[in-house]
Amino acid sequence: MRRFGHFWWDFVVGDDWRVAAGIAIALGVTAALATTSAPAWIVLPVAVALVLWMSLARSAVRR
Amino acid sequence: MGVTRGWRSALAGTAAASAALAVIVAALGPALTVIPIEVLRLVVGALLLVFGLQWLRKAILRASGWRALRDEGSVFEREAAAARTAATDERAGLDWYGFTVSFKGVLLEGLEVAFIVLTFGSTQGSIPLAVVGAAAAVVVVVIAGVVVRGPLSRVPENTLAFAVGVMLTTFGTFWGAEGAGVDWPGGDASLPVVLAFVVVVSLSYVTALRRRRVAVA
Repeated sequence: MRRFGHFWWDFVVGDDWRVAAGIAIALGVTAALATTSAPAWIVLPVAVALVLWMSLARSAVRR
Repeated sequence: MGVTRGWRSALAGTAAASAALAVIVAALGPALTVIPIEVLRLVVGALLLVFGLQWLRKAILRASGWRALRDEGSVFEREAAAARTAATDERAGLDWYGFTVSFKGVLLEGLEVAFIVLTFGSTQGSIPLAVVGAAAAVVVVVIAGVVVRGPLSRVPENTLAFAVGVMLTTFGTFWGAEGAGVDWPGGDASLPVVLAFVVVVSLSYVTALRRRRVAVA
C-alpha cells in the first residue's frame, strides 16, 4: 500500500512538490479573481514562469 | 526484453498489459464524460501543468548544463546487461522476469498515453475523435520510424523532451485557467500566444542558467 502511494506521488507530483503546491495556489487565486472584474487570466502564466524559475534555481543551487 | 530475454515472454507481457489498458480505458472513458466540463478542465489542466513543468524543468537543466544529458545508447547497454544477468524464474511456461518487465513498461507508458488521450478527448467533447487522432499518430510514428529512422535518431532526446514539456505546460495553463473560470482574451486564439510565452520564458531560463553555469565554473 505504501509503495502504491509512493508510485502515485512520484507519478503526479514528481521530484519537487513545491511546483505542484505553487500551481494549486495559483489555480485557487485564479478562481477567486475570476469572480471579480480583474483580469484573472494573467495569474496562471505568471505563476508558471515564477514556479518554474524557483524550482530551477533550487536545483542549480543544490548542484 | 525481446532481444535479451526472448520474444515469447516479452510479447505475452505486452499483450497482457494491452488487455489491462483496454479494460481501464473502457471503464474510465464513460466515467469522465459525466464530470462537469469546468471541473474536468481544472483537474486536467492542473495535472498537465504539473507533468509539463516536470518535463520542462529537467529539459532546461540538461540544456543549460546543470544536469547531464541522457545517453540513450549507454542506458540501453546498461539495461540490456542487467536483463541478461537477471535470474531465470519460469512460471506458466514464461520467463517471469521478461514477462513482468514488459507488462510494467507497457502498462505505465500506456496509462500516461491513455490519460492524455481521454482527457484531451473529454475536455474537447469527443473521446472517439481523440482516439482516432491517437491511432493515426501511432501509424504516422511507425511509418516515420521505418522510413526516416536515420535522421530521426539524430534529433536530440532533450529537444523532444523540451517540446513535450512546452506543449503540456501550454495546454495545462490554458485549460487550468478556463476550469478556474477564466475567459481568455480572444478565446481559443490565445492558445498560440500562451505557447509563445512558454517557449520564450523557457528559452530565456536556459540562457540565464547557462550564464550562471559559466560564472560558477
